[in-house]
Amino acid sequence: MHEAISQTVLTHYLLTGAILFTLGIVGFVVRRNLIVMFLCTEMMFQGIIVTLVAFSRYHMNFDGQTFVIFVLTIAAAEAALALGLVVLLFRRRHTLDAEAWSIMKG
Amino acid sequence: MLNMAPWIPTLPFLSMFVCGAMFACKSQAIRNATAWVAAAAVAGSFLCSVMVVKGFVDAGSPAAGVTVPYFEWINIGDFHANFSFLIDGLTCVMLMVVTGIGTLITLYAAGYMSGDSGYGRFFAYISLFIFAMSCLVLGDNLLLLFLGWEGVGVASYLLIGFYYRKPSAVAAAKKAFIVNRIGDFGFALGLMGTFVLFGSIAYSDVIPAAHALDVSSLTGWRADLAWWIPFLLMMGAFGKSAQLPLHVWLPDAMEGPTPVSALIHAATMVTAGVYMIARLINVFNMNPTALAFIAAVGGMTALFAATIALCQYDLKRVWAYSTLSQLGYMFLGVGVMATTGAVFHLFTHAFFKALLFLTAGSVMHAMAGQLDLRKMSGLFSKMPVTAILMLMGCLALAGVPFTAGFYSKDIILTEALIKAPVLGWIGIFTALLTAFYTFRLWFRVFLGETKYEMGHEHHGYPVEHDLDDHAHGPHEMPWWPMNAPLVVLAIGAIAAGFACHGWMEGMIHNSTAAVASHGDAEHHHSVHTFVSIVAGGGALVMIALAALFHWKRRDLTEKIANAFSPVVTLLYNKYYIDECYNVLVRGVLNMIAWMSYIVDRVLVDGVLIDVVIGRTPRFVAHVGRMFQRGRLQGYGLTMGLGLAIVLFIMVWKVMAG
Repeated sequence: MHEAISQTVLTHYLLTGAILFTLGIVGFVVRRNLIVMFLCTEMMFQGIIVTLVAFSRYHMNFDGQTFVIFVLTIAAAEAALALGLVVLLFRRRHTLDAEAWSIMKG
Repeated sequence: MLNMAPWIPTLPFLSMFVCGAMFACKSQAIRNATAWVAAAAVAGSFLCSVMVVKGFVDAGSPAAGVTVPYFEWINIGDFHANFSFLIDGLTCVMLMVVTGIGTLITLYAAGYMSGDSGYGRFFAYISLFIFAMSCLVLGDNLLLLFLGWEGVGVASYLLIGFYYRKPSAVAAAKKAFIVNRIGDFGFALGLMGTFVLFGSIAYSDVIPAAHALDVSSLTGWRADLAWWIPFLLMMGAFGKSAQLPLHVWLPDAMEGPTPVSALIHAATMVTAGVYMIARLINVFNMNPTALAFIAAVGGMTALFAATIALCQYDLKRVWAYSTLSQLGYMFLGVGVMATTGAVFHLFTHAFFKALLFLTAGSVMHAMAGQLDLRKMSGLFSKMPVTAILMLMGCLALAGVPFTAGFYSKDIILTEALIKAPVLGWIGIFTALLTAFYTFRLWFRVFLGETKYEMGHEHHGYPVEHDLDDHAHGPHEMPWWPMNAPLVVLAIGAIAAGFACHGWMEGMIHNSTAAVASHGDAEHHHSVHTFVSIVAGGGALVMIALAALFHWKRRDLTEKIANAFSPVVTLLYNKYYIDECYNVLVRGVLNMIAWMSYIVDRVLVDGVLIDVVIGRTPRFVAHVGRMFQRGRLQGYGLTMGLGLAIVLFIMVWKVMAG
């Protein structure tokens, strides 16, 4: 393993992660296209992953990186499921607009 | 010899199933054979009992008894209740009564019940009863006693309600069961209390411990428990043995077939309470107040029931009240610690009261269900054998000198006169009443002008007279199987007193019921002589009076009864006890039911169901659906905001400290 990164470098990584996460959450809230919203959730994942890896490197500790492997695995499984669902929803309404499903309210 | 003990309950237990299976067969011949299966099983139990008694005597009659293990039953932590049997003198006496009298009555019933549609059912129930009763008397711990206690209760319930198409029989069965539950509740509490106080429920632990216990040294809850246990156990005995105020079920129990009245409600089951107190006399002695209370209630019951019996017109009810009265004597006996007298009276009473009930059954059988004393007279010429057999029973019940009842009653009365003179005098007065009402019945039924009115039922069901074999009038019962067992009982009723006196004293002396004799033997002897003369002579005088009023000059009796009509009405209506219960128990229950109805309607249905259960979920849903707008962006925003708030708080905390 390489040597630990400095605190300055860590700050840069954390900022990158935070920006990715924020972009993701803003995209999720403002966009209506189901696929784009889904991509936004993936972006939030990436923001978290960058943070985890950065901390891992900063503390010289494998916990964070191990965790990243799990997150990626689950993200992959979830991506397969979610895309399948999006395709099904599209077949029903012939649109990807999330507004088309606002009937699902209490 | 002693290892035959397990067969005593096992044989009737097997017979119960065999009888039930045979009753399920279509063939009438197989159904009719159930009586012989049951009789053989009970007779087998009797033979085993005889061998066990012989084994006990051969073993030198150890006072602590011999424990015969059968199998391990309940074994949880410190709580042990084994299915094992304690053979001591008291057990031997009870075994002789239960299986011996049981055999004779089963034989009689084989004839008496013939033609009944429930023939096999009857003998299955009888087997169940003998099984439970032998467990009751054999058990070496309180729980086995309780098992038998409840078992005989079930058998009694089933047999009282034997004619289940008759509403009065069903009501009587329920009454017996419910009244017994009240007593059994106390018994169960007493049993638990005994376990808590002594840490065991085996007689071999509890009785010596209670005997050695110095009650005055106990403190706190232990002292309370030692005070209450006798009272709680006493409740069970009062329920089962129909003592005041739980006596109401016994007269009604006469709705069952007559052999049941003889076996269960006169000779054996109802004496279980006496057995229990005699067995646990050392436990009861922890609280002398309880014993005094038992003696007082026994004396009161004896007097109370004897006065009612004076004015009853139903043949079986007279004997039922007489049974109550005699049970009262036994309770008076155990209450004054005269266990020998009480158990001896239990023993002789089993003979003569079974005989009286069975002969009453013969009369009832002959008269097509007629039981009203006013509607029969002078039957001696029609059924002389029954008349003479019943006369023997009557002599014993009346306590005529040298019959069985005379000996046993005198022991109780002597002890009562020495220890509690008031109760002793009540007992002597009751003895006089007993002689009078006994012979009132006998003279009315068998002597005087021959005049009768046939009844309208056969085995509890109404019959058409032209189809009925009784249409030709009362007739004698056949010798076999009906009159022969009665002869044995009659011999017992006359001879059991002087023949078994010494045996009984030895047996009770070698049992847990033994009470150390104390006091002045000389004084004791003179009181005994006095009681013998007063009670024995009084009985003869009362019989003569009964002959005058109920045989020679019945018109005179009418006049006297009219002069005292309020008293007669009070006695005829059994002091209105049933009516009192009706008001006190049923009235109160109805009131509670009415209040519960209001509470149910207003509070439960109105407030709880309508408002709380009905409206609350709707309100919660109304609030909850405001957050479910169906827009994914909205959910995302809520999530993001939530996350932001959590983050803000965390960061703020870190910054602050």
